[in-house]
Amino acid sequence: MATFLLELVSPEKLLLSRQVEMATIPAEEGEMGVLPGHSPMIVALRGGVIRVRENGAETEKLFIAGGFAEVSPERVTILADEATPLANLSRTASERRLAEAEAALQEAVSEPEPKRDAAYARVQALRTAVSVAEAA
Amino acid sequence: MASLKDLRGRINSVKSTRKITQAMKMVAAAKLRRAQAQAEAARPYAQRMEAILASLGAAVASSPDAPRMLVGSGGDKVHLLVVVTADRGLAGPFNTQVGRLARARIRALEAEGKQVKLLTVGRKGATFLKREFASRFVGEVTYAGRKRIEFADAEAVAMQVAGLLEEGAFDVCSLIYNRFRNVISQIPTEQRLIPTPLPEGAVEAVGPQALYEYEPAEDQILATLLPRNLAIQIYRAILESTAGEHGARMTAMDNATRNAGEMINKLTLNYNRTRQANITRELIEIISGAEAV
Repeated sequence: MATFLLELVSPEKLLLSRQVEMATIPAEEGEMGVLPGHSPMIVALRGGVIRVRENGAETEKLFIAGGFAEVSPERVTILADEATPLANLSRTASERRLAEAEAALQEAVSEPEPKRDAAYARVQALRTAVSVAEAA
Repeated sequence: MASLKDLRGRINSVKSTRKITQAMKMVAAAKLRRAQAQAEAARPYAQRMEAILASLGAAVASSPDAPRMLVGSGGDKVHLLVVVTADRGLAGPFNTQVGRLARARIRALEAEGKQVKLLTVGRKGATFLKREFASRFVGEVTYAGRKRIEFADAEAVAMQVAGLLEEGAFDVCSLIYNRFRNVISQIPTEQRLIPTPLPEGAVEAVGPQALYEYEPAEDQILATLLPRNLAIQIYRAILESTAGEHGARMTAMDNATRNAGEMINKLTLNYNRTRQANITRELIEIISGAEAV
């Protein structure tokens, strides 16, 4: 089956760079499945799970806390704010961080919009983290 | 001439200094390797970010309501300098180099009648610049005692800069740091942060890359991408500076170790000469004493 190059980078390192058949990425406006030959796009991502399909099976699941993706017919580059393989995602740590983020949101309620939105997006991302950590 | 006991004392003290500088050199070498690896690991993200920014920025920069972080406030009155140094000294001219460049910039800007504000990252830069420019400080960040600097730390600095921008506290922001060229050479560099310089090749990128579809719209993506880019630039500068710091310390300590070795040789020679002179003198005294009898 046709493949494309998937690259997943976080500010601290290059996490993934290989040929895959399909990737499902959590775009801001809904999950998005990318197959080879996708039309060029730049999308913002929300907190969620990236699923990678290789050789007819799902091989990799990673949680990202948000970021961007650049899609072109032969490659997809994901710039993740932070990325953790689902297996390494700890439920207790995620819950603690969620609590922190919720506190920050409480404080940010009176702040101007972009700051409030950022705090809200963070809470959303961490809620997703907790729920996927629970399911895993 | 110093007595034998004094010389012995000095030789011993130089020897223990040499031990310390040698150990520091070793530690710096190990840390350098780690810092270089970290800087290396951060590079792919910065490169991809630059590519996206180039295609996006070219599309948006010309529009009148382009975000402030991209085009600046349009003014040129107030400059914010973010000065990145190390937290520790004993690294040769590493910190002074950056401090001097910053000082020269501040003087030049103020001579042009502009206002300067300072934000320092790293303890050494703060102490260096505080002596003369304490009134220009808007903040300082140190990582003293930290083992590893993470992206979140750079993000916090970027947030601070973004906050100041929102308040309209400055028009232009630049970063002053030591660029890591190789282990023995670090170059103090000034880099513009705001208005964001569009990466090279931005103009050509308008061609085929303008075909990108954006989701959500360009300006919304840009609004989240720009603060991120700011954080990345600062992160990169901090990492380069850390690598440079260890490189500089390694060379400085290597020199110090070598100098201590030379010093020990000189002192030992001196010590042996004095010892021999003493023996000769005693012999002459004994012989002339015997002859007199």
